[in-house]
Amino acid sequence: MLKILKYSFFDLMRSRWSYVYFLFYLLLGVVLLFLNNDLSKAVITLMNVIIVLVPLIGTIFGVMYYYNSKEFTELLLAQPVKRSSIFLGQYFGVALSLSMSLIIGLGLPFVFYGIFNSGAIWDFSLLLVTGAFLTLIFTALAFVIALANENKIKGFGYAILLWLFMAVIYDGVFLMSLVYFEEYPLDKFSLVATMLNPVDLSRVLILLKLDISALLGYTGAVFQKFFGTSVGFILSSLMLTLWVIVPTYFIQRMAKRKDF
Amino acid sequence: MNKRFLHSILFFLLFTATLFAQRIEVCTSCKISTIIQAVEKAEPFDTIIVKKAVYKEYNIGITKPLTIIGEGNPVIDGDNKGEIITIESDNVTIEGLTIVNVGTSYTTDFAAIRVVKSENFLIINNTLERLFFGIYLEKSNHGKVLDNTIKGDAVNEYNSGNGIQLWYCNNVEVTNNRIRNVRDGIYLEFSDQIEIKNNKSSNNLRYGLHFMFSNNDTYTNNLFEDNGAGVAVMFSKFIKMYDNVFRKNWGTASFGLLLKEINDSEIKGNIFEENTVGINIEGSNRIEYSNNDFKSNGWAVKVRGACYANTFTKNNFLYNSFDISYNSKINDNVFDKNYWSNYTGYDLNKNGIGDVPYRPVKLFSYIVNRTPETIILLRSLFIDIIDFSEKVSPVFTPDNLMDNNPLLKPIRYDRDR
Repeated sequence: MLKILKYSFFDLMRSRWSYVYFLFYLLLGVVLLFLNNDLSKAVITLMNVIIVLVPLIGTIFGVMYYYNSKEFTELLLAQPVKRSSIFLGQYFGVALSLSMSLIIGLGLPFVFYGIFNSGAIWDFSLLLVTGAFLTLIFTALAFVIALANENKIKGFGYAILLWLFMAVIYDGVFLMSLVYFEEYPLDKFSLVATMLNPVDLSRVLILLKLDISALLGYTGAVFQKFFGTSVGFILSSLMLTLWVIVPTYFIQRMAKRKDF
Repeated sequence: MNKRFLHSILFFLLFTATLFAQRIEVCTSCKISTIIQAVEKAEPFDTIIVKKAVYKEYNIGITKPLTIIGEGNPVIDGDNKGEIITIESDNVTIEGLTIVNVGTSYTTDFAAIRVVKSENFLIINNTLERLFFGIYLEKSNHGKVLDNTIKGDAVNEYNSGNGIQLWYCNNVEVTNNRIRNVRDGIYLEFSDQIEIKNNKSSNNLRYGLHFMFSNNDTYTNNLFEDNGAGVAVMFSKFIKMYDNVFRKNWGTASFGLLLKEINDSEIKGNIFEENTVGINIEGSNRIEYSNNDFKSNGWAVKVRGACYANTFTKNNFLYNSFDISYNSKINDNVFDKNYWSNYTGYDLNKNGIGDVPYRPVKLFSYIVNRTPETIILLRSLFIDIIDFSEKVSPVFTPDNLMDNNPLLKPIRYDRDR
């Protein structure tokens, strides 16, 4: 598996897309800092970008890579290599190279700007970690979609739909249901609904750092416990990890059963 | 001529009074070993020097003009039995004492130092610890409370007292005190012309500073931090609030500043930082807000209702989760020439003022008012989209509520802090 991971990783590192992705984040970081002149505001803007863009790029890239390297994968399958290690190797190769582009691309301008001497360092590192998690999750979901669909166009369609659903539609439905059922106690429901969407989950994780003062404005024991103590942080981190593990497990299972 | 004569007589009297004033020393090995004895023996205008020791005393009643000075931090330990010092005379000075263990009672407000119906008192440089009420001024005017340190151990609101309490007092100066862990740091009731300056009130159970039915008061340059509910100004008029810092008041019922039924006041040059609600306004009219910084608050300003003719000019609204929240569609308040960090407009004629008006009330803040649980969707992409559509055509938020001249750069004030 490690060999395939290494191969995929270096293959991607050499490819143009990684560089484009890396340069995009580098540019974003530089422009943000240049325009804002203020670290804490840049971190807020960056959060919006990471939460929307990282899942999108993760899904598209994952699906694209799977379909593009399909012939090579079929060649590998003819060799005496375990199936799960082929697909997992590819998956981790893609996810790691994407996360690396993200972390280095965003990290460099901030490091040069002096993030280490500022109070925003924890917010920023949390942002990068969340970004890496989102990459892992959405690339895995993309692989699952690609494995399930032979048809390229269909696969891409589902991938985009998945992103749209997680990033926008889910919140819309969530909001509507909260407003519609406002007579009922909703704090548990809203926390659970947040846990079920990795985009929301990472958003809340960052909110815990950035907007804690607003979040504490709500009267309710469950929210108080979740936001006021470290329970929220630990629980969201655990859920994010779970969100990585479950799709990865599905990749393995589907890879084992699939006919080529 | 007559007046001058009177003055000289007064001066002479004062002069002789100080000339003949005696010094009485109190120490454990002296002839006079308790403060109560010393107060009994002293003639008016005497000075009592309390030497370093621990005095187990309470109910020290001062009924004549005296100066009591502690040398080398003498401690008066009340053993939780009751009130420690009660002043019922004009011209009393208490300086340099450490008073601990004031009695707690559910029927009487025991204080470390109580001043009753007196004038020209001076309470300076004292340290009060483990107390019920700290300094309690009752119907006393023209006095000063300076440089005191008050450190309580309040846990519950019902059995704790206030740090400095003023009840029916006029013209009192409260300066340079440090107050922590009591119920209300400073509490004013029916007190006018009070000046509160350079105090630090933190970690109090309820409010850092609390006004009730008090008019024409000024508070400047104070720091209020980590209080249970921030600072409350209620049912008062003509209050001036300048250059204070309100920080880190977090919680469901927590405010940097809570205004209720306040009229004709000024709020200038204050900093509101990291509060759940920067200012909560209810039933307050004709208040002028200018040159304030609202930074990283949950809500910078929450307008609850019945607020008319308030003006917000030249304030900085920096990185708040919500800038302004309204719960009605009617707006009679003016927002002009503020800096909003969330402003996204442009300035084509380069006069430093944005060409597009800024709408500080978002649709989302309206939704959160209605269904508080939706706060969990803060900063979601979907919320940004609906906020944007509301911005284009306001339906739920007051459509005349906008800043027509939003500034493009934050205002820099010359703060000498």
